[in-house]
Amino acid sequence: MNLLGVVLFLPLIGFLIALMIPRSSEHGSRIWALVISLVIFVISIGLPLSFDRGATGEQFTIDVPWIASPTIHFYIAADGVSMWLVLLSTFLTPICVLISWNYIKHRVKEFFAFLLLLEFGLVGVFIAQDLFLFYVFWEVSLIPMYFLVGIWGHDRRIYAAVKFFLYTFAGSVLMLAAIIYLYNRAGTFSYPAILQMLANGRLTFAPTEQMFLFLAFFVSFAIKVPLFPLHTWLPDAHVEAPSAGSVMLASVMLKMGTFGILHYCLPLFPSASRTCAPWIVVLAIIGIVYGALVSLVQPNMKKLVAYSSVSHLGFVVLGIFSFTQLGLDGAVYQMLNHGISTGALFVLVGLLYERKHSLAIADYGGVATVAPWLSTVFLITTLASIGLPTLNNFIGEFMVLQGTAIANFTWTIFASLGVILSACYMLWLYQRVFYGEVKEDVRRHIPDLNFREWALIVPLIAMMVWMGVYPQSFLPPVSKATARVLDQAQVNVPFRVELPRKVEVARAR
Amino acid sequence: MPVNSFFNSGDMIRFLPEIILTVMGTALMVLDPLLHRRSSSVFGTLSLLTLVAALFGSVLAYGQAGPAFGGLMIVDGFATFFRVLVIVVGILTILPSYGFLSRQDAETSEYHALLLFSIAGQCVMVSANELIMIFIGLEISSIASYILAGYLRDDKRANEAALKYFLLGSFATGFFLYGVALIYGATGSVNLAMVRAAVTSVNAPSPVFIGVAAALMFVGLAFKVSASPFQIWAPDVYQGAPTPVTGFLSAGPKAAAFAIFLRIFMTALEPLGNSWVPLVWISALLSMTIGNFAALLQSNVKRLLAYSSIAHAGYVMVALTARSEIGTAAAMFYLAAYAFMNIGAFAVVSHLSGKGERYQRVDDFAGLAQKQPVTAAMLTIFLLSLIGVPLTGGFFGKFYIFKAALESHLVWLTVLGLLNSAVAAYYYLRILVMMYMQEPSEAATNAEPLSPGLSAALILPALGTLFLGIFPSWVLDFAGKSSNLVK
Repeated sequence: MNLLGVVLFLPLIGFLIALMIPRSSEHGSRIWALVISLVIFVISIGLPLSFDRGATGEQFTIDVPWIASPTIHFYIAADGVSMWLVLLSTFLTPICVLISWNYIKHRVKEFFAFLLLLEFGLVGVFIAQDLFLFYVFWEVSLIPMYFLVGIWGHDRRIYAAVKFFLYTFAGSVLMLAAIIYLYNRAGTFSYPAILQMLANGRLTFAPTEQMFLFLAFFVSFAIKVPLFPLHTWLPDAHVEAPSAGSVMLASVMLKMGTFGILHYCLPLFPSASRTCAPWIVVLAIIGIVYGALVSLVQPNMKKLVAYSSVSHLGFVVLGIFSFTQLGLDGAVYQMLNHGISTGALFVLVGLLYERKHSLAIADYGGVATVAPWLSTVFLITTLASIGLPTLNNFIGEFMVLQGTAIANFTWTIFASLGVILSACYMLWLYQRVFYGEVKEDVRRHIPDLNFREWALIVPLIAMMVWMGVYPQSFLPPVSKATARVLDQAQVNVPFRVELPRKVEVARAR
Repeated sequence: MPVNSFFNSGDMIRFLPEIILTVMGTALMVLDPLLHRRSSSVFGTLSLLTLVAALFGSVLAYGQAGPAFGGLMIVDGFATFFRVLVIVVGILTILPSYGFLSRQDAETSEYHALLLFSIAGQCVMVSANELIMIFIGLEISSIASYILAGYLRDDKRANEAALKYFLLGSFATGFFLYGVALIYGATGSVNLAMVRAAVTSVNAPSPVFIGVAAALMFVGLAFKVSASPFQIWAPDVYQGAPTPVTGFLSAGPKAAAFAIFLRIFMTALEPLGNSWVPLVWISALLSMTIGNFAALLQSNVKRLLAYSSIAHAGYVMVALTARSEIGTAAAMFYLAAYAFMNIGAFAVVSHLSGKGERYQRVDDFAGLAQKQPVTAAMLTIFLLSLIGVPLTGGFFGKFYIFKAALESHLVWLTVLGLLNSAVAAYYYLRILVMMYMQEPSEAATNAEPLSPGLSAALILPALGTLFLGIFPSWVLDFAGKSSNLVK
């Protein structure tokens, strides 16, 4: 059991212990969830510290046989991308515990138990190296989120929860079919082994076969991202979820989709990915512009942030399908950035909701006068979200746009619209909520940040600045991993059997 | 043939579970007048002990594996797997019955005796090696089940259920018997191995003849497993029968019927696969689709689970369509997983339904999680398993079935089946929504605390479901080894 195993299993142990805490001791549940999630986070910091930045490939490998027939292994490992996503999950969980501290008043025990189970599922998705295990974690992460939205959400929570579950589940059964098909072809679920076979030509896919498999995986991931036009579950789920649910959903769960595309679709089905790339890029750009335009007209703050996610995630998909080193690095960095800054936005909107019990923008106004610190941190987060230099999103968006420009400049022009529009809708939101005349009930209901809220917002702000000022702390392991993905994505282009020698020579040079 | 070669001690051991069950079933009926009325817990305990003894009997019999009674029966891994399965189903039926029978003021020994007879019939079915024996087992099991379905004789619905079940069931057995007769006429034998030999020999009987026979047997068996298009009876019977009996019907007789389905079609009729596979293909798809889409519209939980059980029969039919040993093993595994999750779900329904089975609507589950978190958690496990979420037996069952189907190049059936399971998620989620996301209903508020028997009836299947979901190898290895049927 190495560090990664501990980080994976502690949430599960935390979940089981949380189930045993008596129902009456609500405070006990809160404290336990906070303690265990902080412990997990502290331990997970060890991952980047002990990560060998010079080495390519997976690290912290654990490979234990699980099921004999068909051979399924409990096989986990982390590369430069998944390590940061694991860290993102462990970083945000204690924050989610803190924002739910007073907000969750009924069935407290179950809430925190589900939050820990969710962390288990999310960490597992990013580090599973066995396709079967990956599918298991993919589904396991679905269940707690379903309950989080359905039990503790707002008025239309049940509709949102069921829609969320069915969308994801319908997508994932197709992926399951593709995984089984892959197994029947390759004889193993081990992802590295399958990639190895692809690389040395022992496993090849016919073009149509590859296309179908690619689509089965891709649709499942695209629903999760969500890529336009599969995004309709997202505004419902985000708006109805409790703050902690929205944060985990936006910051980590959406990344399951983009991570999946990057980690599975590209290396497994390189030619199909390239064939589909123009279409997917068009959808991504539509998502960027459409998400931004819809955000512009939202009367509901949470819905506004939710649609902005559609827009931001479009950048990530765009970066991935640019097939350039810069684009891929930017995409991954943007995944992390979006996790931090949109997570923070949901946290702050949650704080406003906790105070005034309204999400309608029109109910606010002049908050800056009564709660100056709250307004300050909201402003910093807003600026981060619209990509102000020295804050995190700027780096990611810039890299994505630059990478895209290398691939196709027209795409960049359209995608840039999204950056401009994001400034419009975010600043306009800020103006309407925080400036203007102070309404009487705003004055009465909105106190400034308290200690707990400071404690949860400061780490987020710190991360925005750190990631915006010194991305070198984060990017080198990412580049190592994405370079390998790019390399694998070229392996059997057009197809391994007809690979011309020249290409290999050219790459070697 | 000298008598002692026909009846030897080895044969008796191979027949041990059936002997135990029949003797004790009869004894229970004799004991009834001797004991006080109202002492049904005595009968319940006795029949539990009987079933445990029969379980050991099956294991002992497996130690003496081989054909018995001159090839009438065969004790192999396959038979033992299903014997154990139906006996465990019996145990899991009796546990919730304690409370149920006393709630309905219907405590008698007949209930338990009939249950034992039905299980004995199923044991005969799964270990029979020739068509007449199969038929006898089928009849023993069915007749006992007909009576059980109408056990609450003052209940109109139960009467309707029993009558429907009996009439349609008799028709189906009639069809099956016609098929057997035709097979005998065509091949001159009812022994499965001999039929297979006759079918594959050079001077094989006309394929039309055998084909008609196979089709007739298919009708009879499809009825018994409630596969489309012979599933019409299931919702009414499942709704009307006493809830523990419904759980039993959906698990035990169904598993046994699938066992003979597999045994007949994978041994004697296997050579004709090319003609029956399309038939099963269509039946599988119809069962899944009709079952799942009809379940979407149900408001009564028992009806909902009835349609879901039709859909699940469809999944097992997919395994049969694969027509391979892997498919057989997958079907065996699935039936075991299905027995656990379904009988557990019905145990919760019977617990909640209250006196006179008043609370059977989906809405009655509202708020159960707040009133009885443990019951709700158990039902959650069963429902997640029925949906097919990983780490439950239901998921692995589906996984193996569709893996077998893909290996037999049934890509379309796999895709349609998996999409079907996404549709199914919706109606199972409705129950979860009710339990966790609504305020407590009258039913949840009035639910009695869990009795020890019922706790066992919930926790054991839940553990079984999780065990099959986390460590499936154990059962799957056995199924894989036993799926190589004697031909």
